[in-house]
Amino acid sequence: MSEEFTLKRISQSEWLLEKSGEMRVPGRIFADIQTIEQLQTDVAEKKEWNALRQVRDVACLPGIVTAALALPDVHPGYGFPIGGVGAFDLKEGVVVVGGVGFDINCGVRLLATPLHKEDLSDVLSELADDLYRTVPAGLGSEGKLRLTLDEIDQLLREGARYVVKRGYGVEEDLVHIEEEGQIPGADPTVVSRLAKQRQFRQVGTLGSGNHYLEVQTVVRIIDPEAAAAYGLEEGQVVTSIHTGSRALGHQICQDYLKEMEQASRRYQIPIRSRELVCAPILSDEGKRYLSAVACGSNCAFANRQMIAHLVRSSFARILSLAAEKVRTVYDIGHNNVKVEHHLVDGTTCELLVHRKGSTRAFGPGRKESPPDYRAVGHPTLVGGTMGTASYVMRGTNLGMEKAFGSGIHGAGRALSRRKAAKKYWGKDVKSAMAADGIILRAHSLRGVAEEAPSAYKDVERVVHAATDAGINQPVACLRPLLVIKG
Amino acid sequence: MIMPFEYLDHTADVCLRGTGETVEEAFCEAARALFNLMIDLEQVAPKRSQRVSLFAERLELLLVEWLSELLVQKDLTGLFLSRFHVDIRQGKDGFHLEGEGWGEPLDPPRHRVKLEVKGVTYSGLHVAHKGKIWIAQCVVDI
Repeated sequence: MSEEFTLKRISQSEWLLEKSGEMRVPGRIFADIQTIEQLQTDVAEKKEWNALRQVRDVACLPGIVTAALALPDVHPGYGFPIGGVGAFDLKEGVVVVGGVGFDINCGVRLLATPLHKEDLSDVLSELADDLYRTVPAGLGSEGKLRLTLDEIDQLLREGARYVVKRGYGVEEDLVHIEEEGQIPGADPTVVSRLAKQRQFRQVGTLGSGNHYLEVQTVVRIIDPEAAAAYGLEEGQVVTSIHTGSRALGHQICQDYLKEMEQASRRYQIPIRSRELVCAPILSDEGKRYLSAVACGSNCAFANRQMIAHLVRSSFARILSLAAEKVRTVYDIGHNNVKVEHHLVDGTTCELLVHRKGSTRAFGPGRKESPPDYRAVGHPTLVGGTMGTASYVMRGTNLGMEKAFGSGIHGAGRALSRRKAAKKYWGKDVKSAMAADGIILRAHSLRGVAEEAPSAYKDVERVVHAATDAGINQPVACLRPLLVIKG
Repeated sequence: MIMPFEYLDHTADVCLRGTGETVEEAFCEAARALFNLMIDLEQVAPKRSQRVSLFAERLELLLVEWLSELLVQKDLTGLFLSRFHVDIRQGKDGFHLEGEGWGEPLDPPRHRVKLEVKGVTYSGLHVAHKGKIWIAQCVVDI
């Protein structure tokens, strides 16, 4: 029997998946017509993975509030769609492993320099080589910071702060990291020894897949007020670091998928997909998992902090730029779950918000934003594809009302890795980028083919849909000068 | 002729499928499919071996355990494996697996590395026989 999903168009870029069957709330999808058509095609073609079904399944979970959301970069994930947001009542609701996924607190750090694009013209290639040597990336790469088991525990408790304490960064970095780089409630005893052992060699490594390091230039300022608050201007050289919690996060996910499967049975929560295993938020199992996610998140913050230090060392070597001149603009994750306050039907409620492939995007005035950004709201970092553009965006008041203050995280894949690898050659992708003046240093050419810019949706379209829906506002457009891939 | 292993389409990640005349062969091929995502298998010499012993209530879950354990061991020992042998025995409560893999530590640039696999998901999970052919498949997160 084919599945049926009734979608009602609310506005140009907003759709309602009407409540049916066991759905406790409707689904709300912010996307353009092409994206919606793609999701419907997946259903019609009976694809084993379809994001509409995933939105519906999330809407069936106990304690979900208002609606199961999908943002314009939506595509099929595991349990939750990528680009999915689910907010749950603390008393009635559940915490869901698939709402966070494998790469806990995978995210982006944006660093700003006082340099102008022209300052790099003679040394770009040298800088690319130095970054390629300095930042461990790709399969089997090992970090420079080796920690004991006790030190790993400290890192899991303290996050980026631990790395700064070790001398890799400055106090000002911490102010400009989501949650100041340290999620509270992280108890390392709920993380398996195995997860920690897997991390021994991986602290301060970039990884592979869609992770990257890009030196970029600000090509366009769209929102001058917010750009001024963030210290961004046209022509400026910035750097984006996209990575997550590495093997530690992956192992936490693998461990808790098993543990939460038992919890789901114990609490008699019907499971519509194995990755939607969950436990009541206030149960022992729920609290343990949330604490483990806090550890994983702190590990990711620490990881990006360490890489930021390595980037600074490259800028110092090649451009004699002092470390303190390379400023953290912001660091924000796009796979996490957190307790937040939101207005629901006119009342402020404490909710557990899952964001899978989606960032927090709090609008103006929230105390969670750093003081210097509070008037405009904190930045959100939208990774584009390696040959095109990335965006700095910000949250809006409408986004607070409609999307629990959430933002898009990237372009979203359009082609599968297999199809991309068949269609493109790594070398051709590299030459095409070189013709556009972008230097690519990659550890895997196969990876380059799979990450070919055309394998992703057009980031402009995704940014446009989020803007049109009114949930996010673009601030600046960044274009890569050099790209380091795993 | 059937492909010993192959990859099926999945938008964000990869669905791998191992096949064989026995469930054990299908598990070995799924493991080869897993490592082939990370490295060229033909470049990996079977110099050192790695043993694993696992249990799961169902065959599908055993496949996730098997592939996850291989990923874990890769991180702990640094060994990349290219050949496998598996014995699966059905017990009272479920299935026991005794496995062995052969390979060597990563040695770039002699080894051409590909992508890292983050984890083994329960998505697209399927272990069954169709006629004489066993299939062992699941999606892995890249």
